Amino acid sequence: MSFVRPQFRHPHLPKNELGYTTREYEGSLSTLCAGCGHDSIGAAIVQACFEMNIEPHQVAKLSGIGCSSKTPAYFLGNSHGFNTVHGRMPSVATGANMANRDLIYLGVSGDGDTASIGMGQFVHAVRRNLNMTYIVMNNGCYGLTKGQDSATADMGSKSKAGSVNPFEAIDLCGLALELGASFVAQSFSGDKQQLIPLIKAAMHHHGFAFLNVISPCVTFNNNVGSTKSYDYVRQHVQATATMDFVPPATEITTSYAEGADANVTMHDGSLLHLHKLAQGWDPSDRMSAIEALQRSRMEGKVLTGLVYYDDKGKDLHDVLNTSARPLNSIPMTELCPGSAKLREINAGLQ
Amino acid sequence: MSACNDFVVRFANVNGTGSASANYLFAKSIFRMGIPVSPKNIFPSNIQGLPTWYEVRVSEKGYLGRREGVDLCVSVNPQSMKQDVQCVKPGGYFVYDNTKPLADELVRPDITYIGIPLMETCNREYTDARQRQLFKNVMYVGALSALLEIEFSVLEDLLREQFAGKEKLIAPNVKALQLGIDFIHQNVPYPLPFRVERRDLVGNSILTDGNSACGLGAVYGGATVVAWYPITPSTSVAEAFHSYADELRIDADGRSNYAIVQAEDELAAIGMVIGATWNGSRSFTATSGPGVSLMNEFLGLAYFAEIPVVLIDVQRTGPSTGMPTRTQQSDITLAAYASHGDTKHVLLFPSTPTECFDMTADSFDLAERLQTPIMIMSDLDLGMNDHMCEPFHWDDARTHDRGKIYTAEHLEKITRYGRYLDTDGDGIPYRTIPGAHPTKGSYVVRGTSRDEHAVYTEDSAAYKRNMDRLTKKWETAKTLVHAPQRYQEKYVSKLGVLFFGTSTQSAEEALDLLREKGHVLDALRLRSFPFHHAVSDFVASHETVFVIEQNRDGQMRGLLITELNVDPHRFISVLNYDGMPITADTIMQQILSHLPN
Repeated sequence: MSFVRPQFRHPHLPKNELGYTTREYEGSLSTLCAGCGHDSIGAAIVQACFEMNIEPHQVAKLSGIGCSSKTPAYFLGNSHGFNTVHGRMPSVATGANMANRDLIYLGVSGDGDTASIGMGQFVHAVRRNLNMTYIVMNNGCYGLTKGQDSATADMGSKSKAGSVNPFEAIDLCGLALELGASFVAQSFSGDKQQLIPLIKAAMHHHGFAFLNVISPCVTFNNNVGSTKSYDYVRQHVQATATMDFVPPATEITTSYAEGADANVTMHDGSLLHLHKLAQGWDPSDRMSAIEALQRSRMEGKVLTGLVYYDDKGKDLHDVLNTSARPLNSIPMTELCPGSAKLREINAGLQ
Repeated sequence: MSACNDFVVRFANVNGTGSASANYLFAKSIFRMGIPVSPKNIFPSNIQGLPTWYEVRVSEKGYLGRREGVDLCVSVNPQSMKQDVQCVKPGGYFVYDNTKPLADELVRPDITYIGIPLMETCNREYTDARQRQLFKNVMYVGALSALLEIEFSVLEDLLREQFAGKEKLIAPNVKALQLGIDFIHQNVPYPLPFRVERRDLVGNSILTDGNSACGLGAVYGGATVVAWYPITPSTSVAEAFHSYADELRIDADGRSNYAIVQAEDELAAIGMVIGATWNGSRSFTATSGPGVSLMNEFLGLAYFAEIPVVLIDVQRTGPSTGMPTRTQQSDITLAAYASHGDTKHVLLFPSTPTECFDMTADSFDLAERLQTPIMIMSDLDLGMNDHMCEPFHWDDARTHDRGKIYTAEHLEKITRYGRYLDTDGDGIPYRTIPGAHPTKGSYVVRGTSRDEHAVYTEDSAAYKRNMDRLTKKWETAKTLVHAPQRYQEKYVSKLGVLFFGTSTQSAEEALDLLREKGHVLDALRLRSFPFHHAVSDFVASHETVFVIEQNRDGQMRGLLITELNVDPHRFISVLNYDGMPITADTIMQQILSHLPN
């Protein structure tokens, strides 16, 4: 957070292939607390979109309510945004996606917005395999109402006021896997190196890409005893792999030691390189992913990286067999059957 | 009770026994003979087993509202037989299956019993169990056609149309009709004192239900995204859209020019509509009162964020459980002020399927012109029953009004776009569609807490300016919504009658009945909210105004008092809220009780 965003930019800011600098991908000034993990995620989104040469106005960003859901104002200022109602971003994203299949849909939500009030809509967006990226900025608490435990707070985690959470945490990645999500990843707001390629891969994924990002709340949940504090997460993070994202049609020049790496070829031909993959790990095998998630949870570790990936699924447009053209682009003259047809219909009712 | 083309027949059936198509055949055949007919389903919240009724009013005068008193009851449901015997008017007829003898307690001395061995005959004539059941229904239609002189060729034609493509089903159906006719001819004096006689009174009218008409209207209105959650009595709106779109909205490559999503609940359904219209598609949902309750939060967001929404509310008796298959006009207050904060919504009140079609198509224009939710207030009676009405009409010269949208070309010419600027002074701002322009026109949609340029602010003055602009938009809405229907050129009475929706048919009949008794009242049919200026004029011009509606609390009366700021004593409620469609007789009696003798 800063009170005035400096207007000055380095005159030689690097440009991407579209001729844009990162500035074209930034949003307005953040009103979140200084050091908030959410702002790091926003910065990673800016960087990912810049590097992927995405036209900013081709992204639609949507959110629910809460600290996380305020962030779409702070990145991608040239994209349309929709700050919906609490827990209902998935339905608005679904309708928007049905109207125009050509935009990139980026949903941003929080742990309260997704795991509590919005649980119903979240699970149904997953099972419809809606073509969108769904990022949960997960801090285990309700920041905007001053730090109440959320449904993702770990059992036994201590709040700033000293109370201990007595309830089981909802594991959003585990849930997404269970529901048949086709892209499941987990990361940490403090690990930009991992987060940026994961966001890129998620945005390239055809189908529902779920990204749960542990994002400590510096004001209400960064205390000793909290399992969502910066210190705790840094000490317990277990990266499944470090990774690079290679966009489609880019020649792969780097080579990695055999046996320790895996390449994930995505729907559009892009590649996700996974290095130093953990033993017995297969991100294309749902069972393996579920087992790894469960094991890390039992061991009190935070598993990060690409948890699961499947590029064979059909998204909602595929299932509904909708027109290849965006529905919002079809002229009314084509949509309206006209009077002759109506006379036929009348005749059938006489 | 000798009467031609003026009687009520009630069919008492068991739900799920295939009676619906036979009963429809009966009603449609009379319609085909050029005689006005009004069928109504009275059905339980049940799939199979409970009693269900189908009531057909035949009216030479063209009265299509429900009428009390049954002239002839066909009772093939032992479960409801006692009740069915009681519903027949003295001097009326009771048709039953005499395969089993009638219990003594069911015998009334003041009505005539016509026993037909339906089960015995069908068991003898057909071998398949399902056919035995189904053809009992067709056989009683045959019997009625003999008793009431319905033309056989009309029935035969209807069966041919119904089974086009399944021709082998025609012969056994015709045979069942003939079995019924033969039995009457050989055993019962016919025709009855009341019967049908061919007329030319229906013109080019169509017979259809409001939900199908809404679905079709949405196809013509250009809807591409439909989101809904199943709920009686609105389910068939989405289903009708689907079946029409499946025929009319397929691309050359076989792909659909529409998307229908069955949502996880009504909250999601309205959210999807909002997302789709924000993104430039025309979209709607259909639901009933419990669904509107759940949609309240989103309706408020759409009002404040100024997102076009079309919502078809097929009203039913409240609350969620109880009588979901009975009709009412009881969501008026709920819909008018849905959501938290200062919200008001545009409502349209169709009274016929034709108007369901027109208003649904219009509502997409209105929603985009006003950038706000439009609710079409249908009800179970209108939505799920067949009504004789004007044929659907579409003017090919008509263009769809997409409202105020800045495209990329517009944006190029603007220095700074302001989503909530009142550029034209009518309270309606210009919107942009996501993806329109690389660097101009983007903004973050929020409820309030933003200024004219959609920039976040918690400034009180900016909030108030926005609320006042929304009030201005509401005033603009009054000039765009459907004007009320007037019944007289000049006012002739100090007494006025207001009504809307499905109260219309019975209200019109009641006005005739009152006129016959020497009471001539002025009348106006409401078609929209906010109230058109013609409504305030009507109220101002009458000392007392009767407000006819189908709910307990006089919800429309309340709306009139609040919105027109009129002395409540000038409005008298005329109500019906038992779940059955209001009758002319009820209206007349209630109005008469307030008139000097």
